[in-house]
Amino acid sequence: MTDLPLLQIRALDAYYGDFQALFGVSLDVRAGEVLAVIGANGAGKSTLLKSIAGLMRRPRGTILFDHAPIGDLPADQVVARGIALVPEGRRLFSSLSVEENLLVGGQLGRPGPWTLAQVYELFPAIAERRHAPSTALSGGEQQMVAIGRALMSNPRLLLCDELSLGLAPIIVRGIYARLPRIVAEGTALVIVEQDLVQAMNSAQRVVCLQEGHIALEGAAGELTRERIMAAYLGA
Amino acid sequence: MEWLNSIVYGVLLGGLYAMFAAGLSLIFGVMRLVNIAHGDLIVLAAYLALVMTEAAGIHPLASLVIVVPLMAAIGYLLQRVLLNRTLGDDLLPPLLVTFGISVIIQNGLQELFTADSRKLQAGAIEVASVRIVEGLSIGILPMIQFAAAVAVIAFLQWVFYRTAIGRAFRATSDDPVVAQLMGINHRHVFALAMALSLAVVAVAGVLLAVRTNFDPSIGPARLVFGFEAVIIGGLGSMWGTLAGGIVLGVAQAIGAQIDPGWQLLAGHLAFLLILALRPEGLFPKVQA
Repeated sequence: MTDLPLLQIRALDAYYGDFQALFGVSLDVRAGEVLAVIGANGAGKSTLLKSIAGLMRRPRGTILFDHAPIGDLPADQVVARGIALVPEGRRLFSSLSVEENLLVGGQLGRPGPWTLAQVYELFPAIAERRHAPSTALSGGEQQMVAIGRALMSNPRLLLCDELSLGLAPIIVRGIYARLPRIVAEGTALVIVEQDLVQAMNSAQRVVCLQEGHIALEGAAGELTRERIMAAYLGA
Repeated sequence: MEWLNSIVYGVLLGGLYAMFAAGLSLIFGVMRLVNIAHGDLIVLAAYLALVMTEAAGIHPLASLVIVVPLMAAIGYLLQRVLLNRTLGDDLLPPLLVTFGISVIIQNGLQELFTADSRKLQAGAIEVASVRIVEGLSIGILPMIQFAAAVAVIAFLQWVFYRTAIGRAFRATSDDPVVAQLMGINHRHVFALAMALSLAVVAVAGVLLAVRTNFDPSIGPARLVFGFEAVIIGGLGSMWGTLAGGIVLGVAQAIGAQIDPGWQLLAGHLAFLLILALRPEGLFPKVQA
């Protein structure tokens, strides 16, 4: 049983109204692995994460998490199963303090390694600002809170949407340097990333989306830059 | 001394207005829903208390033990079954639906109870008063009402800023989609907010009905007082709402002191004056 994938997606279609954003996407995420999803703007990367997290209305296809179908569950029940999403643009609760943001993340009370103390240990920078309004933080600190908030639900699968968005490269490297700690606690990661180098360095496997289709899939070490660029650009 | 009497009367009346306002403000704050039926729900609570007192022979204030949970349950169901379906990017559908509820409550009460004025009889406590100094006495009942208002506001403040459900209210208000990602069922949270709002409505309705005559048609005017107190105090601030209620109550009392016909007009003028000079209200929510 243990070598079955944690997440199995088969023939997933997703729509925004009449517009189809994903076409028959199939992929697996194994427990404890890091999968990077790359692709150009509008390739369907965020839509894929939203479909897993339960934010898309009635995606077609099969999504199995821990062998149970979750494709029809609303977002609040998906997170209860153990999938957390760090949304694009961080989207902290603006009227809540840093600590309150984290506490809302942990309000389901799922057992696991992540507690306030553990999150503060992972990101000492936000421990100092715990009582500050979340809007008073820098972009990098806000990203740390957004990751911490998602971790507070003790997910088995963490979905990260564009962690590098709008952040200075040195800040991005600092944040990515913390991800192995999260994986070490037993959480699998799916990272959607525009920054190719960052994605290739962090992940074991890479999936490249192109206009809603999987254009390329492989181990991070085996994919050449040329093949990725070809998949990116649809050449 | 007559003036001092009216001002004290106005302050105590303001507590009641603050209670009308607190429930409105809470609902608007959590889910951007303007509840046009708010005033009629206050009147509905008054009639529920009337039925309790007449059928079971209990004291109006004791009827709160039943009316408050009953109104909270009505609020939860109303939100879960009906109002949640109207919420979206457009503010108009919930406005229209609550307007419809307002009409239904008014006409339903008129069918059941006729258009006659009624009052809850609270007995000796209604006329009891404490003499502060020569010429200035304060009624026990108005004092109870004001204390209840302060307690309600303090309770709401505590719920919002010190409890997990209050955090969920604020998080859902900030971003309902991300709140779902935290495992918050926003439909349930909205229904809890409406339940809390109607629990406050129940307290306000019973205290209103002990204080003054009521009939099925007086709801919309209570809604206006509530709105005015919210705007005067500043949206999103619970203690501001209490201040707004007091400003409105004092303005009405001063108006009535000048000429009994000016009571309502003076309240509306105070509201317009503050809207013109400080459109964000006296105590607007601090924006970071």
